[in-house]
Amino acid sequence: MQLIVNGRTHEVDVEDEMPLLWVLRDVLGVTGPKYGCGIAMCGACTVHVGGEPVRSCSLPVGDVKADVITIEGLGTPAALHAVQKAWVEHQVAQCGYCQSGQIMSAAALLSANGNPSDDDIDEAMSGNLCRCGTYPRIRAAIKTAARELKGRPT
Amino acid sequence: MSRAGTIARRTFLIGTAVIAGGVAFGVYAYKREPINPLLKELGDGQAALTPYVRIDQAGVTIITPRADLGQGVASVLAALVAEELDIAWNDIRIDFGPPSSAYYNGIAAAEGLPVPATDGSIKARSARVVGDAVSKFLGLQITGGSSSVADAYEKMRIAGAAAREVLLQAAAMQTGIPKHQLKTRDGSVITPRGEALSYASLAAEAAKIEPPRKVRLKPESEWRYLGKPMQRIDIVAKSTGTATFGIDISMPGMVYATVRANPSIGGGIKGYDASAAEKARGVIAVVPISGGVGVIADNTWRAFQAAELIKCDWAPPPYPPSSAAMFETVAASFTGERQDSRLKDEGDVETTLQGDGVIAAEYKVPYLAHAPLEPMNAVVQLKDGRLDIWTATQMPLFLVAAAAEVSGLKAENVHLHSLMSGGSFGRRLEDDYVRQAVELAKAHPGSPIKMTWRREEDMTHDFPRPLGMARMRGAVRDGKVEAYDLKVACPSVTASQIGRLHMPTFGPDIAIVAGAWDQPFRIPHYRVTGYRVPELVPVSSWRSVGASANGFLHNCFLDELIHAAGADPLKELIRLCWHEPSRRVLEAVGEMSKWGSATGKDRGRGIAFTLSFGVPVAEVVEVSNTPRGIRIDKVFVAADVGKVLDPTNFENQVQGAVIWGLGHAVNCELTFKDGVAEQTNFDAYQGLRLNQAPAIEVRAVDNGSPIRGIGEPPVPPAAPALANAIFAATGKRIRELPLNKHIDFA
Repeated sequence: MQLIVNGRTHEVDVEDEMPLLWVLRDVLGVTGPKYGCGIAMCGACTVHVGGEPVRSCSLPVGDVKADVITIEGLGTPAALHAVQKAWVEHQVAQCGYCQSGQIMSAAALLSANGNPSDDDIDEAMSGNLCRCGTYPRIRAAIKTAARELKGRPT
Repeated sequence: MSRAGTIARRTFLIGTAVIAGGVAFGVYAYKREPINPLLKELGDGQAALTPYVRIDQAGVTIITPRADLGQGVASVLAALVAEELDIAWNDIRIDFGPPSSAYYNGIAAAEGLPVPATDGSIKARSARVVGDAVSKFLGLQITGGSSSVADAYEKMRIAGAAAREVLLQAAAMQTGIPKHQLKTRDGSVITPRGEALSYASLAAEAAKIEPPRKVRLKPESEWRYLGKPMQRIDIVAKSTGTATFGIDISMPGMVYATVRANPSIGGGIKGYDASAAEKARGVIAVVPISGGVGVIADNTWRAFQAAELIKCDWAPPPYPPSSAAMFETVAASFTGERQDSRLKDEGDVETTLQGDGVIAAEYKVPYLAHAPLEPMNAVVQLKDGRLDIWTATQMPLFLVAAAAEVSGLKAENVHLHSLMSGGSFGRRLEDDYVRQAVELAKAHPGSPIKMTWRREEDMTHDFPRPLGMARMRGAVRDGKVEAYDLKVACPSVTASQIGRLHMPTFGPDIAIVAGAWDQPFRIPHYRVTGYRVPELVPVSSWRSVGASANGFLHNCFLDELIHAAGADPLKELIRLCWHEPSRRVLEAVGEMSKWGSATGKDRGRGIAFTLSFGVPVAEVVEVSNTPRGIRIDKVFVAADVGKVLDPTNFENQVQGAVIWGLGHAVNCELTFKDGVAEQTNFDAYQGLRLNQAPAIEVRAVDNGSPIRGIGEPPVPPAAPALANAIFAATGKRIRELPLNKHIDFA
């Protein structure tokens, strides 16, 4: 089957029911999305499919009908996305393992809602677990990224 | 290790570095503590050389020999060297270094001593020197006990300063310019004419020079990194998905594996039927391992799927099968026979606590899993008599020894490549996951094997924080706390954990009463007794260890007594506290939280204080009692770690530790049925999520105390401050964790 990941087209020969996460990680070598729970409870595997945030650990690859963007496709160390820039500025990460998923959830929130309230942030982000407890910084970084994105011409 | 051996290693380190085109700098450890004869016995060559700086053609690499589990220790340790060595922040490269007893942790062992951190007597200081010496002698390269910064604070600055001296001398020899006319700037030696000689260009010359034994350290006023917010070295990688965790390693020809061990930890396997698994797509081999089965496949998910197809016949659990039965064992342990320690015994508790007016309570705390988000994993390759291991560990030398034991190889043929870890919270003090991976490598030599645990495997093999119970009695008089008798019963973490390292333990286990017996309060009649419950489920160190439970137990009942006395909790804690730095921390949190001001209807404020790992921490939690349940609105934290080396990381660690403490208190427990943990994934073991996380205001109180670490100390006061706040808001006193068994949370 064909899969478009971060703008590149891949031909993969896997079972339809293999979760997208494992196709990304073990077949395509895209390791930014992480395995944390396998049951869509931690959000470490969050990627965008057709622009929507999804838990790739629980999405069979056979059901992927749109382009996939992972953290690697959002921005790079040399060209950070506004959300990533805010994450660096606020020094959000501790262990960092959940942050790929946090950042993808935050980026999806901000592309749908440029001026999220605290309640909006709660709703969009409460599916992403952080065992290190970086939530106060995540909240602050999302607000910074929202301001940065608003200042930009669209 | 003999003196000759140490010297040979030193020569070897410098020698090999030169051959590889570079040079390694080391220093002699200097002691602030009075010299103990035992240290002299060891000889000053003993583990004295601590190589932290490697320079080659590509530049400077700083060895940060503690595991970075998220606490940011790599950046802070690198800053200690960089400050003295004078290199630009963006040029810093780090390496966790090889496992070596030269990287012994001289502070970690002190936490297990029956000497309170507040004791500054000669006897107490001597005991700490002995702890340091024992650690040095055993070569304990450990990350734990919030000790990394305290251990490295002098050692690594000295390493940087010594390296800088050598580079200056090398430049003097190379240019003929007298050393005192040379300066350094951002990785170069600068000549009087402004010419810059990079450290890399001086490496070969520097390799011939003996590092100085005595160096002068920069005064604080000249610091450019320390004490200021520093950008974490790993922050860009961790914000772009480009950081490499063990689970992300990829190598040519690598195969993927998982294991299933008896979900009753330590129970064996009587037999298994893998016929369905062996036929599944992608499966390469199904192999027996100790107490379970391993599956090797061409993809992690296929290995996971196949593992679930195996029919296992597990042996029964080696401990009581249910939580109810386990708590019965705990309750039956408050006996003279099982008494482990009575390290605090002041006044006359027995006489005072008689007749009417005695207040009594019983408290319970559950098992708790570490559950770092990165499940246990390791990459191993056994090839041509050499074993390579890529993983994260808090105990590198023990890990190498374990791998040598399992593989049958000599330790010198085992090569550990230490990696950062996606959390740990104490979990990677264990070596079980690497033992399993090495068993897989033995069964399938040649290819690199990446073993990853399913979350369910991780939760059911966690070596949790022990369950426990406390029985308290107390009395109040004239509006003051008059007597406090605390009895704590729980299994011994130390005996369980050290036992798995095949080492003996002796004397009382301080962990049973840590965070309770050593608190800086003066109560006229005050006693703390520990009771050792027989080992049930194997247990381990969990962020803040014994204090994680005792902070809750000690503080909550003290709060009960203070309320019974009709006193104000903050004022009474301050009145009882004899330790000046601790009192200042209490005063600070009072000021931050505007303690005493009106909270409003259905709201409440609770306070708790714990001194653990040498760090006094006071926390105030504010809650609202809403129609949807308790909402945690705000937390105020004051802590004294002496000097704060990185204020940003300090704040992040405190906030994280508070959320850790609150989250587990609100909704986490590990319960057992048929000998198996009932919570097998994050649907049943959640902690706090972002929508429940309060704002957390943090203040560092510098009383000129010795420098300490902050990873653990803010954990113990979080749960009791919350429980005390719930009491203030609702009048409901909850004496069991998790709190959501008794009250709803919004």
